Amino acid sequence: MSLVFDIALVAGLIALALHVVVTRDSRGAILAFIAFGLLLGIGWARLASVDVALTEAAIGGGLTGMLLLRAHAHLAREIPPEARARAEPRRWLAPAIACGLVTLALGAVVLAFPRPAPSLAHQAVASLETTGLGNPVTAVLLAYRAIDTLLEKIVLILALVGVWSLSRDGAWGGASQLRPAIIPEPLVFLARVLPPFGVLIAVYQVWVGADLPGGTFQAGTILAAMALLVMLAGLRPAPPTQARALRVMLAGGPALFVLVGFLGVAAAQGFLSYPEAIAKPLIVGIEAALTLSIAGTLALLVAGPPDKAPAS
Amino acid sequence: MSALALTSASLFGLCGAALVGIGLFCIVSHPDLLRRIIGFNILGAGIFLVFGAVARRGAAMGLGGDPVPQAMVITGIVVAFAATALAVALLRRLASLTGSASLDATTPATPPRSDA
Repeated sequence: MSLVFDIALVAGLIALALHVVVTRDSRGAILAFIAFGLLLGIGWARLASVDVALTEAAIGGGLTGMLLLRAHAHLAREIPPEARARAEPRRWLAPAIACGLVTLALGAVVLAFPRPAPSLAHQAVASLETTGLGNPVTAVLLAYRAIDTLLEKIVLILALVGVWSLSRDGAWGGASQLRPAIIPEPLVFLARVLPPFGVLIAVYQVWVGADLPGGTFQAGTILAAMALLVMLAGLRPAPPTQARALRVMLAGGPALFVLVGFLGVAAAQGFLSYPEAIAKPLIVGIEAALTLSIAGTLALLVAGPPDKAPAS
Repeated sequence: MSALALTSASLFGLCGAALVGIGLFCIVSHPDLLRRIIGFNILGAGIFLVFGAVARRGAAMGLGGDPVPQAMVITGIVVAFAATALAVALLRRLASLTGSASLDATTPATPPRSDA
């Protein structure tokens, strides 16, 4: 029975992906991609990876979809209609055959996975006690492979610097214009009602992420969505990117992470290792600071390069 | 039960392989750059699903899957989002400067606007 459900899910995913490639309508392609992200979230839940399912549904479907829709609206404003309506025949046979071969090769690899499957689950669970955590995925992210997570935070900050540097010279340090010309009433209503619940859910996710599915990325994404909702409804303007408080918040999470990492050199076995007695308080503290940084970075990545000159 | 879980994992692995092909095709052949960015995301989703199959097969110790590939996929999703945001910002800048959203060399670009 569950296999039938999985087959339907996989068929839906592939159909939506094909629709994205073949449809002429770019807006329809983006909407299909959002649906694809949500279906993929269900697929991850079927693979018993609830942490990944939450991240995929929130980032893969939600935030990426919003980013693409904003880009589509921008392109529709900037590109004259006569430049758009071109339907030239293009070569597709050779790429299709090559990509089909890639799929076949990868499919053969999937079917030829070694048996019994290699797994690090034993090691992950065996050392769980020394971290004080109950969720092995959080333990991998913030203890065993903390260096990956640290570098990922730095990649996020670098991407944000890259996005900001694409602003016009005059708008450097200014704010992004998120407020649409016409704001629908239901949006304002939702932007007033949802944020308290969103903040509560985010705090819960950070706290519970130590022992159950959830964690910093999921919570950060929810906070980012709430901030974007408030800015889109025009209740609060987007912050100017030169504001000192904003920059401290963005850099605070990774900075604390690096600081704790170097503390590990003095007080424990080495860089990014935690003294066992206070491992859990340290990890939860890093998670809290990281959540704020992630929320700010994700929201500003969606908001895009600043396009209003700073007020100074 | 283990046979069923195995089938389900390989099914999603094969789905990942198909998505890699579809995403790659979109990236190499679509004239519209925004669509290529979506193709990049579909390609990434396919690779993550193959990882998901690996994680599911590594289920042990009462866990539903191997936590190491799962954590790597979470990191990957966030990094893919950062790359997408940067690509979208580049595309928006390209459209503002040239009035075109493709890299087609045959069509002459309109002269750059003066607000650059």
